[in-house]
Amino acid sequence: MTKLDWSVLDIDYEQEADRIARRLREVTARELHKRGLVVAISGGIDSSSSVALAVRALGPERVFALILPERDSSDDSAVRANLLAGHLGIRVETVDIAPALAAIGCYAARDEAVRRALPEYGDGWRFKIVIEGGIEGRINRFRLVAVSPDGDQVERPLGLAEYLQIVAATNFKQRIRKNLEYFHADRLNYAVVGTPNRLEYDQGFFVKNGDGSADVKPIAHLYKTQVYGMARHLGLPERVCAAVPTTDTYSLEQGQDEFYFALPYRSMDLALWALNHEVAASELARVLDISDAQAEAVYEDIRTKRRTTRYLHRAPILVGEVNELDAHA
Amino acid sequence: MGLPAVCSVHAAASIHRGETKSMDQKKQIKAFVLENYLFTDDESALADGDSLIRDGIVDSTGMLELIGHLEETYAIKVENAEMIPANFDSIDSIAAFVARKSPA
Repeated sequence: MTKLDWSVLDIDYEQEADRIARRLREVTARELHKRGLVVAISGGIDSSSSVALAVRALGPERVFALILPERDSSDDSAVRANLLAGHLGIRVETVDIAPALAAIGCYAARDEAVRRALPEYGDGWRFKIVIEGGIEGRINRFRLVAVSPDGDQVERPLGLAEYLQIVAATNFKQRIRKNLEYFHADRLNYAVVGTPNRLEYDQGFFVKNGDGSADVKPIAHLYKTQVYGMARHLGLPERVCAAVPTTDTYSLEQGQDEFYFALPYRSMDLALWALNHEVAASELARVLDISDAQAEAVYEDIRTKRRTTRYLHRAPILVGEVNELDAHA
Repeated sequence: MGLPAVCSVHAAASIHRGETKSMDQKKQIKAFVLENYLFTDDESALADGDSLIRDGIVDSTGMLELIGHLEETYAIKVENAEMIPANFDSIDSIAAFVARKSPA
């Protein structure tokens, strides 16, 4: 039986950074035929490591960064993103996307759905969505957690129709951001960098035609633990390296593990590695100090999300063959 | 249009009323799954024991839609502890679950 411990996630960061930078240079020049790279940065660990690797690949003068806050972004995100851009010496532009989101109906559609679950919700309230059931092997259900202007916390079950509308409305955020990234990419004749880590990429934790859209995804093969290691190795500012992963999408701060993953990211990394390397669930259970049944449920949750989100990765499906393009792939 | 199912009327008369009700529910549930997840009324498209999840017929959102439909149609409440795939993975298991939950 394969023995599992945390060291399986250790990699040679200098060698890996070099490999990624070399590949980014090749891809941008020979496959995409572009002069540089656009990266939207959130102050989070994934976009920070990605933009630093882009700079390592092409130099600071060929990297253009965007900071794209909206009403629910934490102020600290933009502070960290600016700090990083200054550290890397790259051009950066900040665009507040809140007016565009308001005009397209993002906030109104979202708030209407929230009020169906919680009629008193309104100005000054903050909320987030939490999932439950992942580690118990149950079908995931959703709950609304909201805090009133007076600071009182309430929880309500969230019906499927309301959940879907809230997600559909908030997906405008990632899609409007991608519009701006491609505006600058087209203007500069640059390519767009997508910044998912392996966990997000594998488990489909992205918005199709939103943050999922990109020309190249340089860290999609790295576990999140490794992305943190890469940020430290590249000497990024301490405030960036210490950033706690959040969705930065809902008004109440939301850990990614509350919203999407069954376990905190370090444990999810190990679970994903273990599943990928056919490690028995009981061995994962031993290292994570959870029950065998819970470990089995985590494996099943990973497999289910792979199946459910497969279509997010797919190019549009054709009904007849158009083979002539393969020669130019 | 087929002929009226004369034989099944005799059969139904000879079995317990509760069983008739659960047979009807099972048919209704199957019709719902066929129509909403496979866009067909062809009963041979799905066997009652087929796994809806493994066969890729219902994904996690589809499962929540299905559970919402069951709660509404049969006036039942699916508790958190009952939100396990085994309860909803086939026409057989869904029908058995609904029959268990329904008032006699």
